[in-house]
Amino acid sequence: MSLTRQDVEKIAHLARLSITAQEMPVYVSSLSSIVDFVDELSRTDTEGVVPMAHPLDGQHQRLRADVVSESDTHEKYQLNAPAVTAGLYVVPRVIE
Amino acid sequence: MLHNLFIGELAERLSRREISSVELTRHFLSRIERLNPALNAFITLTGDQALSSAAAADARLGRGERGPLLGIPLIHKDIFCTDGVKTTCGSRMLDNFIAPYDATVVTRLKGAGTVMLGKSNMDEFAMGSSNETSYYGPVKNPWDTAKVPGGSSGGSAAATAARLAPLATGTDTGGSIRQPAALTGVTGLKPTYGRVSRYGMIAFASSLDQAGVFARSAGDAAAALQVMAGFDPRDSTSVDVPVPDYSKTLSQPLKGMKIGLLREFFADLEPRNAALLEDALSIFTGLGAETREVSLPHLPLSVPTYYVVAPAECSSNLSRFDGVRYGYRCENPKDLMDLYKRSRGEGFGAEVKRRIMTGTYVLSAGYFDAYYLKAQKARRLITDDFRSAFEKVDLVIGPTTPTPAFDIGAKMNDPVLMYLNDIYTIGANLAGLPGVSVPCGFVDGLPMGLQLIGPHFAEAKLLNAAHQYQQATDWHTHAPRGYES
Repeated sequence: MSLTRQDVEKIAHLARLSITAQEMPVYVSSLSSIVDFVDELSRTDTEGVVPMAHPLDGQHQRLRADVVSESDTHEKYQLNAPAVTAGLYVVPRVIE
Repeated sequence: MLHNLFIGELAERLSRREISSVELTRHFLSRIERLNPALNAFITLTGDQALSSAAAADARLGRGERGPLLGIPLIHKDIFCTDGVKTTCGSRMLDNFIAPYDATVVTRLKGAGTVMLGKSNMDEFAMGSSNETSYYGPVKNPWDTAKVPGGSSGGSAAATAARLAPLATGTDTGGSIRQPAALTGVTGLKPTYGRVSRYGMIAFASSLDQAGVFARSAGDAAAALQVMAGFDPRDSTSVDVPVPDYSKTLSQPLKGMKIGLLREFFADLEPRNAALLEDALSIFTGLGAETREVSLPHLPLSVPTYYVVAPAECSSNLSRFDGVRYGYRCENPKDLMDLYKRSRGEGFGAEVKRRIMTGTYVLSAGYFDAYYLKAQKARRLITDDFRSAFEKVDLVIGPTTPTPAFDIGAKMNDPVLMYLNDIYTIGANLAGLPGVSVPCGFVDGLPMGLQLIGPHFAEAKLLNAAHQYQQATDWHTHAPRGYES
């Protein structure tokens, strides 16, 4: 089941990826061939099989006590930020 | 020559104070300066820090401290966060990123006294089987620089093969340690999922990623795993299982070990690949192991299953790269949507975008059941097949790759063709199993690897089998021409 250009545009939007008009045909074709390739799975009988989200059985999310264990290191972590003012990340206006 | 010695031999010379860690580090740094330009195995070199770490290791040695990795130089794949050092994941998206902390793997190896020479080149965000998707250019295979070293840990593999360091870390999500180890003639170990902490290891596919090592022998890999393995409360998928003494059991005789020949691996093997595997099987039976055929009937579903699960997980993991808090930000964004789309569109390369979009598609409304849920069921079938096999045998054996290293550029236009390189390695990732690749011969003058896969937490047995094979053969001692001296 090949993907159309509209399919890929919609996917790119969901994934927040800009794809130029020139690049589009290559992505349509490569994504179509990938989807065709993985379609093989649809021909497998998986009736009654429990999906597997984790490679090891019997694992569950470990929890820890709700106590403070970290200190404020935001200045160090924000050294990598493109734009910071007063500890806040600066982005284009969102709310009019 | 120092760079041809194994880690055990280097540790002995360091402990007898015959050489210092500083001298050893200088030796490798000067080799890197001379030999790396032809390979492009590094993204960042950390020469000055290496020399101070080496001096610190020498001080520890001087105080009488000893350890298997104390003063030993190594390379970290550029997927591991290294405090104060650029960490790029092979991507333009993180070209400006200085990691503000150390990954647990880095902390543990540092604590053991290793000396970091630099960060190795890799396929972008660990997505690739040839190290051709890196923003920093392809890595060349030291056995033939027109060929790929494999990927995604191509830099670590090539550098280890070229004797630019005795040890290098890597990660393996679909084969990214084992496959490049095979293509460059070195030993590559992927531990059980959960054996080694993923804290500080930039995430690609969270249920598949695992940190491991490249070295030139099973013994060296064992020394590294000893330090890397173990529970880490900072990784919520880290497993609290005791770490055995991997070096202690390396030389146990293989008498009575049952090794399974995977029927699905041995079918359609190219004749020269098959011949190398036959030779290897004779070695194992000569060492006392018994071989028998096992079948994993759902194994052929591995590659399509992986190419649903891994992209799905990557689309989620890479959504954090949004141009807001760190990483690449596009110029003059019009609005927030433009900021997201162009930062990501410009910051990521084509293969990464392909995988993010594949993942987005298979997780999207209307397709989730047909693809993602279906793949998770196929994953269970594959895992159950391995479990049944391990009721009959101790380890499973097969080739690591279908062919030796291919030409740079040969497969870049056909993503599915590239994906089929992982055909023998992916099953172990889906089932969370440990695997090791060791050199087993040459085809057309290029190295080939054999792969051993074990049940969960069977690293000691894998390393034992690999070590005994390496005592009976010398494939792992061959150096690419021009890199022996």
